[in-house]
Amino acid sequence: MLQGWVIAVTSFAYLGLLFAIAYYADKRADAGRSLIANPYIYALSLAVYATAWTFYGSVGRAAGDGVGFLPIYIGPTLMIALWWLVMRKILRISKENRITSLADFIASRYGKSALLGGVVTVIAVVGILPYISLQLKAVSNSFTIVLQYPEIVMPAKVGAIPILQDTALWAALILALFTILFGTRHLYSAEHHEGMVAAIAFESLVKLLAFLAVGVFVTFGIYDGFGDVFSRAASDGALRPLLTPLEGVAGGYASWVWLTVLSMLAIMFLPRQFQVTVIENTDERHLNKAIWLFPLYMLAINVFVLPIAFGGRLHFPDGTVDADTFVLTLPMAEKQEWLALLVFIGGLSAATGMVIVETIALSTMVCNDLVMPVLLRMRSLRLNERADLTGLLLGIRRGSILLILLLGFLYFRLAGEAYALVSIGLISFAAVAQFAPAALGGIFWKDGTRRGALAGLLAGFAVWSYTLLLPALARSGWLPIGLLEQGPFGIALLKPLQLFGLSGLDQITHAMLWSMLANLGAYVLVSLLDSPSAEEHRQASLFVDVFKRSGDAPARFWRGTASATDLHNVLARFLGAEAADDTFRGYARRKGVPWPEQPLSADADFVHHVETQLAGAIGAASARIMVASAVKEEALTLEEVRRILDEASQVVMYSHRLEQKSRELEAASAELRAANERLKELDRLKDDFVSTVSHELRTPLTSIRAFAEILLANPEVELTQRTQFVGIIVKETGRLTRLINQVLDLAKLESGSAEWHVTRLDMRELVGDVLSGMSQVFTEKGIQVVAQLPDHAAPVSADLDRVIQVLLNLLSNAVKFCEPAQGRIEVKLVETADWVRVDVRDNGPGIAAADQQFIFEKFRQAGDTLTGKPQGTGLGLPISRQIVEHLGGRLWVESRAGAGACFSFTLPALRQAAAAPLAAAI
Amino acid sequence: MARKVLIADDEQNIVISLEFLLKREGFDVLVAADGEAALQMVAEHRPDLVLLDVMMPKRNGYEVCQRMRERPDWRGIKIIMLSAKGRDVEVSKGVSLGADLYVTKPFSNAELVAQINALLAAA
Repeated sequence: MLQGWVIAVTSFAYLGLLFAIAYYADKRADAGRSLIANPYIYALSLAVYATAWTFYGSVGRAAGDGVGFLPIYIGPTLMIALWWLVMRKILRISKENRITSLADFIASRYGKSALLGGVVTVIAVVGILPYISLQLKAVSNSFTIVLQYPEIVMPAKVGAIPILQDTALWAALILALFTILFGTRHLYSAEHHEGMVAAIAFESLVKLLAFLAVGVFVTFGIYDGFGDVFSRAASDGALRPLLTPLEGVAGGYASWVWLTVLSMLAIMFLPRQFQVTVIENTDERHLNKAIWLFPLYMLAINVFVLPIAFGGRLHFPDGTVDADTFVLTLPMAEKQEWLALLVFIGGLSAATGMVIVETIALSTMVCNDLVMPVLLRMRSLRLNERADLTGLLLGIRRGSILLILLLGFLYFRLAGEAYALVSIGLISFAAVAQFAPAALGGIFWKDGTRRGALAGLLAGFAVWSYTLLLPALARSGWLPIGLLEQGPFGIALLKPLQLFGLSGLDQITHAMLWSMLANLGAYVLVSLLDSPSAEEHRQASLFVDVFKRSGDAPARFWRGTASATDLHNVLARFLGAEAADDTFRGYARRKGVPWPEQPLSADADFVHHVETQLAGAIGAASARIMVASAVKEEALTLEEVRRILDEASQVVMYSHRLEQKSRELEAASAELRAANERLKELDRLKDDFVSTVSHELRTPLTSIRAFAEILLANPEVELTQRTQFVGIIVKETGRLTRLINQVLDLAKLESGSAEWHVTRLDMRELVGDVLSGMSQVFTEKGIQVVAQLPDHAAPVSADLDRVIQVLLNLLSNAVKFCEPAQGRIEVKLVETADWVRVDVRDNGPGIAAADQQFIFEKFRQAGDTLTGKPQGTGLGLPISRQIVEHLGGRLWVESRAGAGACFSFTLPALRQAAAAPLAAAI
Repeated sequence: MARKVLIADDEQNIVISLEFLLKREGFDVLVAADGEAALQMVAEHRPDLVLLDVMMPKRNGYEVCQRMRERPDWRGIKIIMLSAKGRDVEVSKGVSLGADLYVTKPFSNAELVAQINALLAAA
């Protein structure tokens, strides 16, 4: 049995828990360990978007319209995908300018206009009242219904209950108290309400869990899964149309599109969304996670909407139970009292979350952008002379919270009964959508002006009032209904629901179309005709170019004389003396001045700093008024502002260019370093080469010089010895000459300056000639030579002398490594498809695998250090390889240590067909 | 008693010239054609001075020089390194390994003889 006191105690216990969470988070924040500096908390706090409207109203709408409830969630999902472009910019602007609310944002953009801030505030308050009344309606209805458990009785008509017995009034008062406790502990509104955000994030979890619990209970408890619910709905004549997408939606596709657009704007410009998304944001990077987490939340809370809606319609077929209450009445009908209580708490959390954040946001706007500017201008109040205004500010905020909730209650009493939850919410959505042109235009379009924004907002708001608010009041009986049916004064063209004869659209689509047309049209037209003031020009530039402006080169627009003491007084008046000291200390630390020992100079930078700090508490417009009254200013002309902006943007441009240049320089120097490394390596190789060559040259030179000196100093040496010595000199001279020739030859080959006389060669003939030319050497050394030449071989095109040089080199190497008298050399000519190959095989000691790599390198001879020095310069093989490769072939060796070596080279074969043209080409 | 000089070089023609030169100056001349043989000759004959080529098979002149300087009883043997490698690094490597002198090829016979005599006289 759910008695009144159980419900009341549970509700208060829940609110107490919320307060405990908020208190804990505030304590953590004071200790510097923020709980909300976390992307998941941030994303959950964004889910304050889902209010009692979502909790109860989605099912209500789905029960009548099928998937018609979805655009409200598709819109935000689409919009959030654009946030990296849009919201990041708003975040950056708001942080830099210490924006305190949406009204502050718009006022600040258009020259810190107090009037504009006031208009935005009024629109926001009037526009949001229906939305707040919706929450009160949901709380009071759900309370009344759950109180009747287990009976299911719809709540009585609103007007039927005396005001003091209306639960909605008590709900409003309790929520007001709670919000005051939550939201006005600190004065500084640009700082974060850490406790509030933590509590909101918790509420988002509670409402999601409660809704999922009902969804699971209905889908799997009452019915047999999704398939079961949907197939039953499909076989029910009344429900079948709801399963056809958009069939049941009033207004069809146009309505669907407009609702999507509407909620795209709502997720940006609902005051509470602006509050949690922008003001309470601690780190721009949290957007990254929110961009996918928030749509995920939207998906989760919508999964069970259709099953619950169909379940409700199937369960209560006679229509006596309001579809907006299905979430609650289905568990009640099934006698699930604890689930019903959980649902009630879930609905309560959805409603309280919305009300708390919304009223805090609105009260900040009312205080900073409506009341304070007026009070500050009223000289008779002599506010300027009061030392401490913090108490006044808090009083205004608290008063406006109470007032807003009572106004919400009033709207509930006046108009609450005529509409379903969803329709009430949409009226508010349409109101905040009016902020879109001024706000979005403000961050992307520099030419938007104060008067343009004002005209747009007023025009849009007027149309909204006429097409949405007025009909709501008329339907509730507060205005003659004839106004809707015949139009004012009987003029049909002015009928609020078919303005200028536009019919066939649902009410929201109709209102959006006209109000957006009026709003956007007025904003753009007036802006284009208008010429902005210096202040507007400067703010436009600060907002639109926020990413282009680097923190190092802020443009300062202020000229005049100020005293630090006056500025301190102003700060102390609004923030308290302690906070004023903190502000001064922070600035002094940044400037490296030991304050208070040394006075701060009140220059433009400092005045700007004080004004921004003040703006964080009382909004940009009020802060401007206060600072202007505290210092002596000289107005800047538009020309001067333009010049400062140009300078600032030039500084930025220069610094961009400098960065660019330094990046280019870095790249260039990296390239140079790499090139230098390559050069060094080449230099080292060249050094080694020179050193090796000189070593090779010195060795024969040593013998030559030694013997020459001996012969010179010892003329008496006997003839045989003299002949031996002179013979050695001659031999070493020959060695020297060969070496020099080969070095030059190699240099020529490597540099590509060698001359080539390429002709058509018959390799059979050539090998035969070379072998017979060397027969003398073979015979002398007692080496047996076996030649295997085919009868016919394809011709090659090559340089005759060069090929002979290669062949001679390979043969003399073979001779050199063969044991005299036991040597055997095989020379083989082989023709393959594309190549003519020559193999020279010896039966010498062979070449170890490790040595096979480097015998083709210059001055590297196999067996250099172990077996004794072989004859030769160490350049023969490198030269041969150069030659063969130049002619398009390959030169390689196959060998095993102890089993002889086989050097082979190939040359490309000239085929008959290709022979003629190739020869011609050469 | 004639001083003993060991010529360690693998260039046969250089050995011939040095042998002729030193014999003419009255030294007892020993010859080794590689590093191993050089060490063996030192052990067997205890020469007074070694003319050591750097680029030799089996063990190069640096290794031979190092081995010789590791033996305290061979400390008195003078070492002249003879090399066609004349870069500063190579010269200082030879000297730091314990060679008494590093002579770059080609050299003047008269100077070489004078340096040999000077070294032996100092001993």
